[in-house]
Amino acid sequence: MSIFVNKETKLLVQGITGREGQFHTRQCVEYGTNVVAGVTPGKGGQDMDGIPVFNTVRNAVEATGANASLIFVPPPFGADAIMEAADAGVDMIVAITEGIPVMDMLKVKHFLATKKCRLIGPNCPGIITPGECKIGIMPGKIHMAGGPVGVVSRSGTLTYEVVDQLTKQGLGQTTCIGIGGDPVNGTNFIDVLEAFEKDPDTRGIVMVGEIGGNAEEKAAEYIKAHVTKPVVGFIAGLTAPPGRRMGHAGAIISGSSGTGQAKVEAMKANGIHVCENLGEIGEISKKVF
Amino acid sequence: MKVHEYQAKEIFRKYGVPVPEGKVAFSRDEAQGIADGLGGYPVVVKAQIHAGGRGKGGGVKLAASNDEVGTLTDEILGMNLVTHQTGPEGKEVKKILVEAGQKIASELYLSLLVDRESACIVIMASREGGMDIEAVASKTPEKIIKVYVDPLCGIQGYQLRDVAFGLDIPSKAMKQFSAMLKQLYTLFVENDCSLVEINPLIITEDDQVLALDAKVDIDSNAMFRHKDLLSLRDLDEEDPQEVEASKFNLNYINLDGNVGNIVNGAGLAMATMDIIKNAGAEPANFMDVGGGATAEMVENALRIILMDQKVKAVLINIFGGILRCDVFAEGVVQAAKKTGINIPVVVRMEGTNVEEGKRILAESGLNLTSAVDLKDAAAKVAAAV
Repeated sequence: MSIFVNKETKLLVQGITGREGQFHTRQCVEYGTNVVAGVTPGKGGQDMDGIPVFNTVRNAVEATGANASLIFVPPPFGADAIMEAADAGVDMIVAITEGIPVMDMLKVKHFLATKKCRLIGPNCPGIITPGECKIGIMPGKIHMAGGPVGVVSRSGTLTYEVVDQLTKQGLGQTTCIGIGGDPVNGTNFIDVLEAFEKDPDTRGIVMVGEIGGNAEEKAAEYIKAHVTKPVVGFIAGLTAPPGRRMGHAGAIISGSSGTGQAKVEAMKANGIHVCENLGEIGEISKKVF
Repeated sequence: MKVHEYQAKEIFRKYGVPVPEGKVAFSRDEAQGIADGLGGYPVVVKAQIHAGGRGKGGGVKLAASNDEVGTLTDEILGMNLVTHQTGPEGKEVKKILVEAGQKIASELYLSLLVDRESACIVIMASREGGMDIEAVASKTPEKIIKVYVDPLCGIQGYQLRDVAFGLDIPSKAMKQFSAMLKQLYTLFVENDCSLVEINPLIITEDDQVLALDAKVDIDSNAMFRHKDLLSLRDLDEEDPQEVEASKFNLNYINLDGNVGNIVNGAGLAMATMDIIKNAGAEPANFMDVGGGATAEMVENALRIILMDQKVKAVLINIFGGILRCDVFAEGVVQAAKKTGINIPVVVRMEGTNVEEGKRILAESGLNLTSAVDLKDAAAKVAAAV
């Protein structure tokens, strides 16, 4: 089992003809993802490696039955692309695009509240169910199919580091999700934790957070109240100075809120096994799970 | 992107948000000229730097005469202003704002910002203006009014009233206050602000509402649709190495330690800084070359880090996903050939094309230490400084 995506997922790619879109579409296909369509306005009727390209998401969904979308469009068009996918009835939207203005995401978030779809990202590596379906830009090779670990993270490469250590310890993954580093995003930690809790094959969860906001604190409280499976937690940025934005738009300590220390303490107080040294997250997971 | 108070007030004027009369000055003569044009004394002389707490640091003074404007300008211009937001090293004052003094009846706090959790624009207000608002918020949270505005609907009349009555605005100033708050909201949305803060917002003795201070932060990701605001960026207020890095789309922040580091991805970069500290050393920077870095970007990243005299060793930590290890290795080799590396460099690479990357580095003849994993890398670099 897995959460959100599996062998049945039929993917379309928005921005499939761009440089990044082409590269990562090929990587997804190579991994075994069922990519059924691409969308680039004005290039409808063409194809990319035999994958049909459409002018609009609605056309692509009608013709191919796609139920998931992977978005690579540039930031000024990111919000538009997400809303287009949602309006066309796509269930799962994964937005890789980095740099969508916050004001756009505020509107998107309220727009999506009236739709039945799930958004992952933006500014995220995507989602992968190892051995079944990869929707994103993560290197497929480092993953190991079959569980028992579910991974949820705010980062990209940091997630790869964690997954790589898990795999080297012989711990496979059910599903790995990067929820993205922006202050306003779609799926949050709690949505993913809830799904992992319900998934019988996920027997342990690794949660990777970073400084900024209070999503980790909220998730820690949720875990204590609703998650029966063991959770290993890690927070990046314990040494980051306040007031400086550490790359991700969401990673900033403002005043006394969002510090790494507060997050670590919230995790510990709620029964999460906190890993304080990234080099050890594989070993700790091995012990805990 | 941060802007100065005087620039924020220009934006306020454009939207009809009332601010005191005043202008920015770069010299004594200019300051005295502006002061005489303000229609009377006292006037206020305010240091313009990108940091709060200027009053407590001695950067905001009242002048009773033209002569005093001169004396104070000499004192403040060129001073190294230290506030709780500048850090102990302070910031040099290169410009001042000269403004008409006001007769204050009450000082309020008002701000607009993005609330992540509700995905709304939140208006925060308090009668306890002019003070450290974080202290007010933590000690007496009931004194902070919060109103959440749905970004799809925009600000509604009842929300304006919630804030106005909550602040106990005098009835004579009510109309002006509501109009001002509505305009502030419009300004916030139209300029892609991440923060608009007025502390204090004053009610004058003759019941006028006035923004005595103004702070505006703009979402850097939205600059593509605000070409007009680009000119407000003040490179004097930024670290020269950080400015250089931004030219190459590198996310770089200069810190105090002596271990330079280059990493791909912000989360991994933060975690790498932490692991350096865990190993007993101090990170000299945050450097995220990003997912799609080119050899040229890597080369510039290494060059910028080596510009920093306090860096005694460098840790390179790459998890190749989109950024392939061979591309990265090419960048390191190019940089080393151009700039020369005369301090220890520890390299840890993993992921896409890692074997090819390792081969390129090994055959380059460069004196690099390779590490098998993160712990090993941190230990080796800490031992090198």
